[in-house]
Amino acid sequence: MTNAPTPSLAAAKQESGGALGFYGVWLLAAIALVVLPLIFSSGGSLTSFSLIGIAIIFALSYNILLGQTGLLSFGHAVQYGLGGFLAVHVMNAVASHNWPIPLPVIPLVGGIGGMAFALLVGWVMTKRAGTVFAMISLGIGELVASSSLILRSVFGGESGITTDRTSLMPLFGWTFGPQIQVYYLIAFWVLVSAIAMYALTRTPLGRICNAVRDNPERVEFIGYDPHVVRYLAYMFAGFFAGIAGGLTAINFEIANSAYLGAMQSGFVLFSTFIGGTAYFFGPILGAILVTYLQLGLTNVTSVWQLYFGVIFIGIVMFAPGGIAGILMKHRPLIRAGTLGTVIPSYLVAAIPTLAFALGIILAIETVARFSGGDPINLLGIPFVATAPTTWAAAAVLVVGGFLIARITWRRVAEAWDRAATVARDRGYLA
Amino acid sequence: MTAAIQVNAVEKSFGNVQIIRDLNLSVAKGERHAIIGPNGAGKSTTFNLISGHIKPTSGEIRLNGEVTSGLRPFEINRRGLSRSFQVTNVFARMTVWENVRCAVLWATGHRYAFWKNTDSLPEVKQRTAQILDDIHLSHRRDVPAGLLTYAEQRELEIGITIAGGASVIMLDEPTAGMSHAETERAVALIRRLTEGRTLVIVEHDMSVVFGLADRISVLVYGHIIASGTPEEIRGNPKVKEAYLGEEVD
Repeated sequence: MTNAPTPSLAAAKQESGGALGFYGVWLLAAIALVVLPLIFSSGGSLTSFSLIGIAIIFALSYNILLGQTGLLSFGHAVQYGLGGFLAVHVMNAVASHNWPIPLPVIPLVGGIGGMAFALLVGWVMTKRAGTVFAMISLGIGELVASSSLILRSVFGGESGITTDRTSLMPLFGWTFGPQIQVYYLIAFWVLVSAIAMYALTRTPLGRICNAVRDNPERVEFIGYDPHVVRYLAYMFAGFFAGIAGGLTAINFEIANSAYLGAMQSGFVLFSTFIGGTAYFFGPILGAILVTYLQLGLTNVTSVWQLYFGVIFIGIVMFAPGGIAGILMKHRPLIRAGTLGTVIPSYLVAAIPTLAFALGIILAIETVARFSGGDPINLLGIPFVATAPTTWAAAAVLVVGGFLIARITWRRVAEAWDRAATVARDRGYLA
Repeated sequence: MTAAIQVNAVEKSFGNVQIIRDLNLSVAKGERHAIIGPNGAGKSTTFNLISGHIKPTSGEIRLNGEVTSGLRPFEINRRGLSRSFQVTNVFARMTVWENVRCAVLWATGHRYAFWKNTDSLPEVKQRTAQILDDIHLSHRRDVPAGLLTYAEQRELEIGITIAGGASVIMLDEPTAGMSHAETERAVALIRRLTEGRTLVIVEHDMSVVFGLADRISVLVYGHIIASGTPEEIRGNPKVKEAYLGEEVD
């Protein structure tokens, strides 16, 4: 025989390699989750990691709808929040009755809460996709959020309902009082949920969800009812959102109406979209970045939401595939070994782009702090918001940066075309 | 013997416009039946009625003896009827392999399963590979369907249609827009893949129709004016007058 393997052999090799890589990735993720708090052990970073973990589950659950089934929901926080409320109520009941239920089981209760609500409203909601679904999800979101303020016995009004996570029975000596123990509880659920949601995408239901996303009409002619498919996807999304809500309730020891609101629904849409909906890992990247930004930016500027808006618009306009989309676009170039020819043009383009971004930041902060506030400090350089020199600097950076950036990005596009042509010739790009 | 498809006195109106009037059609099991007629005669509407895409205003449609008029498309599909579309209608962001595999899943009994790994279902894998081989797209299996050439997309369309193993296959202008060579290839493909099944085909290319069909029905203004073997249709003066003209000779 020659050294060229038969196609079936090559395929088999690829598959076993894929399985190895598959378990390898999850093993690495598990190790990372265990080791992270040992490296960054301050209280602040533990809190951040906990919030990021919850955001990852929440964003992945949202992507079951948006990325996998093509359902744009404006009310995903409803399942998240109701899961949180149910978790708090059950925790209080467990504590007062001294039931032998340990805390790590509580997120599952949240999941059941989220799924139960999805079961209840989902059939009507998922009858149609597209605008109809988006509008109903918005309506349900507002309905539940406003009910939470009215039904005080269930939702506790504005102050919400508190709980004490240490009042449940300890597990192997863990009381879950210290944040590190809560972190590991969250990390456990992040890993389990992520694996479960990944596995879901590989099942017949997961595959048909993709088909419904691409072409619901045709799905009807291969034996499937797209309504049922959407309904099932909606329930799974509700389940995992409820787990995230349950974890939040444990983390903060409270559930309040803010969990259910449009802000929270917007946050998850935002994280998922920025991360990229087309790949499973996209929402994970989005959740990490957005949560990190949210925690970091609130300390630096009072108008952090404005920056979120700018980033969101930027992603929608220039990189609709999100961060994951940008990364995966480079894969064929890496395989073909032509990425190196593009990087210099990236580095050149980075300078004016950075200048442009700094100009925007300076302009925003100038406006925000014009009538008072802390002095602006950009890269260690102090600026005075009321000084015309600051305005001029901002204008020069924005206009100059934009004009030069446009030229350099055109260069990037040209370098890309050359690299992609080579990659195509070598058979790494369709 | 019950007919594979039996259409009895079906009418279809959109508002005041009657598209289909007193449609009667019978397709025997194992028959290759072509529906021809001028543009706007209601051929695609007839397809949509039989496959459940739209519901008849009145009348009755039977599939293998069972009444199917009023059922949803997926219910009719599960009873053994599968159709293709005139305008390519595939899952654009999914690969060729995934496209065909989705069409195999219901028929192999996996339905809405969320506890099985699709990649490790041997019969699904085997059947998908077989279909891809049949439609000559094995070498394109990992390409997103949206990136295929037009002729390849038409072949994939046929592949998705036959993948579920339906006993009645309906193809809506499968060779539309194809070159002469591509058409010949497609006809050979259709002939081979529908062996032993019932085939209903809408087609404009008369050489395809007369080469492939056992029986032909001529649809004019939503009504079937003649039904018979290719020879009978060729010789029918009503057909000549209404539609075929000199084309047949």
